[in-house]
Amino acid sequence: MDPIAKNLKQRSLSAKIETKGRLITQLCTVLIVLLVLAIFGFIATKGLTLFFHDHGSLWSFFSGTTWSPDKVDSHRQPVIGALPMIVGSFTVTLLAVLVATPFAIAAAIFMTEISPQKGNKILQPVIELLVGIPSVVYGFIGLAVIVPFVQKIAGGSGFGILAGALVLFVMILPTITSMTVDALKAVPRYYREASLALGATRWQTIYKVTLRAGAPGIMTAVIFGMSRAFGEALAVQMVIGNAILMPSSLTSPSTTLTSVLTMNMGNTVMGTTSNDALWTLALLLLLMSLVFNIVIKYLAKRGALS
Amino acid sequence: MNPKQADKLMTFVIYLMSSVIIVILMALLIYILVAGLPYVNWHFLTSAAKSFQSGGGIGAQLFNSLYLLVLSMLVSIPLSLGIAIYLSEYSQNIRVTTWISSAIEVLSSLPSIVVGLFGFLVFVVQFKLSFSILSGALTLTIFNLPLLVRSMEDALQTVSLSQREAGLALGLSRWETVVHVIIPECLPAIITGIILSAGRVFGEAAALIYTAGQSAPPLDFTNWNVLSLTSPLNPLRPAETLAVHIWKVNSEGLIPDASAVSSGASLVLVVVVLVFNVLARYLGNKLYKHMTGE
Repeated sequence: MDPIAKNLKQRSLSAKIETKGRLITQLCTVLIVLLVLAIFGFIATKGLTLFFHDHGSLWSFFSGTTWSPDKVDSHRQPVIGALPMIVGSFTVTLLAVLVATPFAIAAAIFMTEISPQKGNKILQPVIELLVGIPSVVYGFIGLAVIVPFVQKIAGGSGFGILAGALVLFVMILPTITSMTVDALKAVPRYYREASLALGATRWQTIYKVTLRAGAPGIMTAVIFGMSRAFGEALAVQMVIGNAILMPSSLTSPSTTLTSVLTMNMGNTVMGTTSNDALWTLALLLLLMSLVFNIVIKYLAKRGALS
Repeated sequence: MNPKQADKLMTFVIYLMSSVIIVILMALLIYILVAGLPYVNWHFLTSAAKSFQSGGGIGAQLFNSLYLLVLSMLVSIPLSLGIAIYLSEYSQNIRVTTWISSAIEVLSSLPSIVVGLFGFLVFVVQFKLSFSILSGALTLTIFNLPLLVRSMEDALQTVSLSQREAGLALGLSRWETVVHVIIPECLPAIITGIILSAGRVFGEAAALIYTAGQSAPPLDFTNWNVLSLTSPLNPLRPAETLAVHIWKVNSEGLIPDASAVSSGASLVLVVVVLVFNVLARYLGNKLYKHMTGE
């Protein structure tokens, strides 16, 4: 065959590189999908062992208040009441979000509606920096400042849900604020102009138009903050007191799902019931983060329609 | 109360709440600075940590943090670039792309302790890497991937379609267009994304407690034998990072100057993150100017 025809019938170097490049990027993508599946697979398998292998009952897991997985009760079932940490996790998260949301919305209104110049000059850089501060630093400051403060005003040891919620409040405030700012900035300018042209005051415009139009975005910011607070381990563990008891007051030492995992995973032996019970807690955390994710997805869809 | 009074009142309330936030946040930063500054000196930054006495430094921890960061970046940058290129350039089936994006979002919303426990289960137990820098770096890669993929994908998307069409019209393959036209154009944005995620990785602790371990064996910085336990470069030695160190001295309380050590270490951590943020902006702008010739 003459060389020109041969050259034309062969695949060019370019085409070969193209195939190779495409294949490599495809492999990377398959890898990350497999990774996500593996995380769910591994943690679900380990987490469900407690129920299928160690005969734990799902009912006592969600309603029992005593946590000592190495012991068995009268029905020869392990004592795995996880209610104290479930309650702890939810109370800390909800309290932190309840306090943080009004402040975050106020700051966002200030930055977008009232004084964008001052907002961009003072608040924006501070908030951006604080989003990046590692959570252990928040935990350490909680230990050094917030715990003694709580002790002074409420007595007791100072460790407990209140201290945990305050630490999380400071931690998620920058996150919620910056996402709320984005949500309010996305509200079209002519909405505000139309409202002002009808004779509404600035506050009426903010309250009746801007906040309503930005509501799905603000909700997304709040849920995002909640999911961050719910999954935070070390900052909370350092200030909550780590007592696996039903919280009797906001200042009594209690615990959260993440704190129990952090404290005990190193002290149990793989394969024992105590260890399996911890993996069940990890599975619960995983499922909760999935729930938050689905809610955010749903809100994003609703926001896109309007 | 008429609407005008309500407007005045609410404006005042918003001013008040915003000032409260500024006061809280500034107090936080000032506290970190004031509490940490007296303890940070050359000796503190370079000497080894003590287990039971006061006067220990954070030399090994600082090195471990940086080494882990570099190792995990070596794995996660090419991997996430590949995923980002696939999602933004190759993938044509919208449904598959949506599914992959959702998977990445789920990964990014997982609590870091769960990622750490997965790393413990897979790298430490199954692959028998034990508590080591390698396990830690691989776990940090999982933690870091979703963020990095998203920032790189956004960067690739900012390049206009006409650039891709121009490349294809010149007879370049899609891959050649990506490598020679699109990536150079959005390189500043990619680098900014990498540096910002580096800041996040540097301060991560929960994912590392059960993967890179909580102990820092003394390091001999003259030992370059990669297999020796005292060599700083050995990827199979346990390595406590700066962030883990802050957590550990506070929760165990074995050293008498725990609060001094953690004040100093917190300041170092925050300053490093700040440097990363400033660097990301500066380098991004500078590279952009250099490449566009403005």
